[in-house]
Amino acid sequence: MIAQGTIAQDMTAQGMTAQGSAARVSAAQDMTATAAGSLVQSVDWLAIAPPAIAAAVGLIVLVADLFVRDTRKTVLAWISVAGLAAACLALLPLLDGDRATFCLTTDADVCSYTADHFTLVIQFLVLAGALLTALLSISPLKDKELPEGEFWFLLLSSAAGAALLPASRDLATLVVALEVASLPAFALVGLKRGDRRSSESALKFFLSSVTATAVTLLGVSFVYAATGTLHLTEIATQLTEVDGQLQTLARVGVALTLVGFAFKTAAVPFHFWVPDTYIGAPLPVAAYLSVVGKAVGFTGLILVTVVAFPSYADVWGPALAVLAALTMTVGNVAALRQSATRAYSAVRLLAWSSVGQAGFLLVPIAAAGYADTAADTEKAIGATVAYALMYAAVNLGAFAVAALVARTRPLNRLSDYRGLYATRPLTALALGFFLLSLAGLPPGVIGLFAKVTVFSAAVDAGLGWLAVVMAANVVIALVYYLQWTAVLFRAPEGVTRGAEAREGEAERRRHAAAPAPLTVAIALTAVLGIVLSGAPQLVLRFSATVLF
Amino acid sequence: MIDINDTVMQFLLLFVVVAPLVGAAAALLPAPPGLKGTSPDQAVLRHGVTVTGAVLAAALVLAAGFDHGEPARMQATTDISWIPALGIRLHFGIDGISLPLVVLTALLTFLCALYSYFKQQHQRLAPRATGSSPKAFVALLLVLESGTLATFAVLDLLLFFLAFEMVLIPMYFLIARWGGGQRAEAAWKFILYTLLGSVVMLLGLLLIGLNSGTFDMVALATDNGRGLTTSVQVIAVLAVGIGLAVKTPMWPLHSWLPDAHTAAPTVGSVLLAGVLLKMGTYGFVRILLPIAPDGMRTFAPYLAAFAVVGIIYGSLACLALARQGAKGDLKRLIAYSSVGHMGFVLLGIASMTPTGVNGALFANIAHGLITGLLFFLVGALKDRTGTTDLDTLARHSGAALYGRAPRFGGLLAFGAVASLGLPGLAGFWGEMLALFGAFNPADGLNRSAFLTFVAIGGFGTLLTAAYLLVVVRRVCMGPRPEPDLPQLADVQRYEFAAWTPLVALTVLAGLWPALLLGLTDPAVQKLLAGGKG
Repeated sequence: MIAQGTIAQDMTAQGMTAQGSAARVSAAQDMTATAAGSLVQSVDWLAIAPPAIAAAVGLIVLVADLFVRDTRKTVLAWISVAGLAAACLALLPLLDGDRATFCLTTDADVCSYTADHFTLVIQFLVLAGALLTALLSISPLKDKELPEGEFWFLLLSSAAGAALLPASRDLATLVVALEVASLPAFALVGLKRGDRRSSESALKFFLSSVTATAVTLLGVSFVYAATGTLHLTEIATQLTEVDGQLQTLARVGVALTLVGFAFKTAAVPFHFWVPDTYIGAPLPVAAYLSVVGKAVGFTGLILVTVVAFPSYADVWGPALAVLAALTMTVGNVAALRQSATRAYSAVRLLAWSSVGQAGFLLVPIAAAGYADTAADTEKAIGATVAYALMYAAVNLGAFAVAALVARTRPLNRLSDYRGLYATRPLTALALGFFLLSLAGLPPGVIGLFAKVTVFSAAVDAGLGWLAVVMAANVVIALVYYLQWTAVLFRAPEGVTRGAEAREGEAERRRHAAAPAPLTVAIALTAVLGIVLSGAPQLVLRFSATVLF
Repeated sequence: MIDINDTVMQFLLLFVVVAPLVGAAAALLPAPPGLKGTSPDQAVLRHGVTVTGAVLAAALVLAAGFDHGEPARMQATTDISWIPALGIRLHFGIDGISLPLVVLTALLTFLCALYSYFKQQHQRLAPRATGSSPKAFVALLLVLESGTLATFAVLDLLLFFLAFEMVLIPMYFLIARWGGGQRAEAAWKFILYTLLGSVVMLLGLLLIGLNSGTFDMVALATDNGRGLTTSVQVIAVLAVGIGLAVKTPMWPLHSWLPDAHTAAPTVGSVLLAGVLLKMGTYGFVRILLPIAPDGMRTFAPYLAAFAVVGIIYGSLACLALARQGAKGDLKRLIAYSSVGHMGFVLLGIASMTPTGVNGALFANIAHGLITGLLFFLVGALKDRTGTTDLDTLARHSGAALYGRAPRFGGLLAFGAVASLGLPGLAGFWGEMLALFGAFNPADGLNRSAFLTFVAIGGFGTLLTAAYLLVVVRRVCMGPRPEPDLPQLADVQRYEFAAWTPLVALTVLAGLWPALLLGLTDPAVQKLLAGGKG
């Protein structure tokens, strides 16, 4: 419902702005009559199909949940998977990247929804990420760990919001999309019924996220007050000619908007909610947050910085560079310090490492702040996009393996992975590959070259110090990823194994066979990773083409 | 020597790089019917021999088809665009500098595979570490081979980096799973040091590539640093140099090497010393000398200084280990001697003269042959006696290998005298040429400083001779064997098979150095002169 509302709300926001600009225009030219007459817009349904399909299927699942018997709830899962797949396919007709809709009636170049290449890539990332999350969720749902109808509705709504976000080109739509993506996520985190940790982490996530939104909204209102427009491109031009008295307002507005988005991306110092939320959340939801949630934050940040506030590049460039350095260092050092035997240490490590990876994702955006030409800016943004695609594939893969291991070892400690190669050789090889990709070591060629792209963005922008900080972080990250990889191939512990085997033989057997959806998810991500390793150009080309 | 079609040459070079990778994947699969052999272990080890054998054959054909009249020209080149976004091309090719290294790598890996196969046949030893199967061993060995061969065959900076990194994971697992005592720590130290170095190296490579607009080594070498400002060159040489120096290893970045060698299994040691160390020095010659000559000139005296310190340090460490009662480990001793030998190689490179660089490349090959042989011998000694501790081996008076296993003792003595640089054997020419080069360094380098280095290096050769002779005296000589000493098997037939090529090549390279120098010299001249020559 929420997602469905977005489009309506989007149109309302659209109307508001249209009226605002119309008023300005009429003051000069007295065109009131025509402006009022053209308030009716034609909507390009094809362009908005990807988020719309996700939202519609979400509603269908919610309603269908009422009529489907408990024993046949799996149907909902497959409807959702099919819906997400259809949403992904809906991207195909848009590949030209030249569609836009919800444009101003007075100026057809200023639109609220744009399906350019940037939008399409991020939408693909988000929808495919949600699809993989759905595959991960099917077996826990079957085991009645989570309520089914609600789960699918929430996941699809959140995915719809996340898919809307990269397309939005005005601040109102942006904020609304951000909220549509986040609000269901809070509920998803707290969905484990009767689990105190789950509700606690949901609350933590909710509070920090709502604070972020409040700050963003305040910033947005300041920017609107200073520039008189919500459209990103218009803001970009208006910001350069802000009235002297409003300068401070505009500046504060820019800063607050950025702070809000930094919160969402879990950049240091707004990262503290991450580990607890990931551990408390059901594992597939943690995977979703680490990939789709992060993508949402980054997309918003890119749109706001590069499209709306380019004239403040000398402010946000250095600020983001410092933020990137801090984020990767804090995330990686914390990940390094995880003890292998602590409960949930595997998820904890993935959580902290995702903070560290967020730092890498921030680097090219910071570099964009230093770019001299528009082409350089786009190249830098492309590096973030390429890195995000690589990260999404392998991180989801790693979470998929973690979900598989969690079925037999619910505590999910790093030490539980010892000897995985002996029991499940292919899974162990896949996890090893994912971890090495995240670390950026062969055979994870794609991880290596994604890192190289980020490095070259930094070096290109003259951010030598940041490149050195990155190098140090790469080494720290290598240590903990490698430690984990090495554990996989150790000989399993004989003593404890014998005892445990007696203890839960029946339990073990029930879980022994990997459920098909989970296997498919691991296989998909592994194949994706391997294909990308062979042909990195598939994602790296975004760092050399025009995205906007 | 023989005329081979260009396309065939291209294919051979690509085959040499890719076949081990395919072989590694195949090794993990169950053996097809008809190739099952007597046991799965035997089948997979035989598979290893087959693949490395095929690669060696291809490398030999490549060497035969190589146009020896024009060793300075890149031959068997393939140049395909791979990642246009980063400007990375699949650019392969070999010239007189890389060809010997390719052949050496293929040879040593083949000998290692052969040795492992026959050893398993001969002893049917239970695998030393639990859970370590020959399957994984062969797969790792092949990945390692592919990575090293790729390092010597690629002509793109980032591809070089990729290949450079590719050997880390297999070597790590070879040490960590098949190694001796302290293997986990040693493997960890090995990978951390090298990774630390290579990340810095990546920064340097990017600096070069982004500033000059290409990652292509041939184009960059032709440019000879004209596209790069001196300050960029200085930073690049520092960054890339650190990465390569860790791998080489240069004193004081060498401390991972003795641990890694001591813990590594025999085959791991042989490949580590014989091939992996060469990747570092090869990088110096292939990347730093031609691409950033100004930066190299700035650092050459420091490099030379570290090199001679390494020579002296390595020799002194060996002398200390060889002393009676020092509890010196033979493997560790050879590892330290590698630090010294690589010091000569670095000194030759630092001289920036054709003579010095040729010497360095020659010493590279010689060290690969001789140290490979020594590690094989020490590994076999450990299998026989169960220890590599010199004191335990020699007791108070000497292990008397000459008496107990005359052929084995003779081989060990041969390896030792070859290693100390006896004229007429391979070890001599490289070190002598390196010292010669440093005696008359390139223009712009401080001659008096280099003269000092030559003097110190010369003194180092004396120390090298001293400790190796002490080792020979303590291990090979001794009073007539006491009856309580366990019987020692002499050299087995399969051991002869694995070691004879190394011995023969050591003698050949010693007696006919022109064979190798004729290949490297024109290529080196061209590299040093860049587009001018």
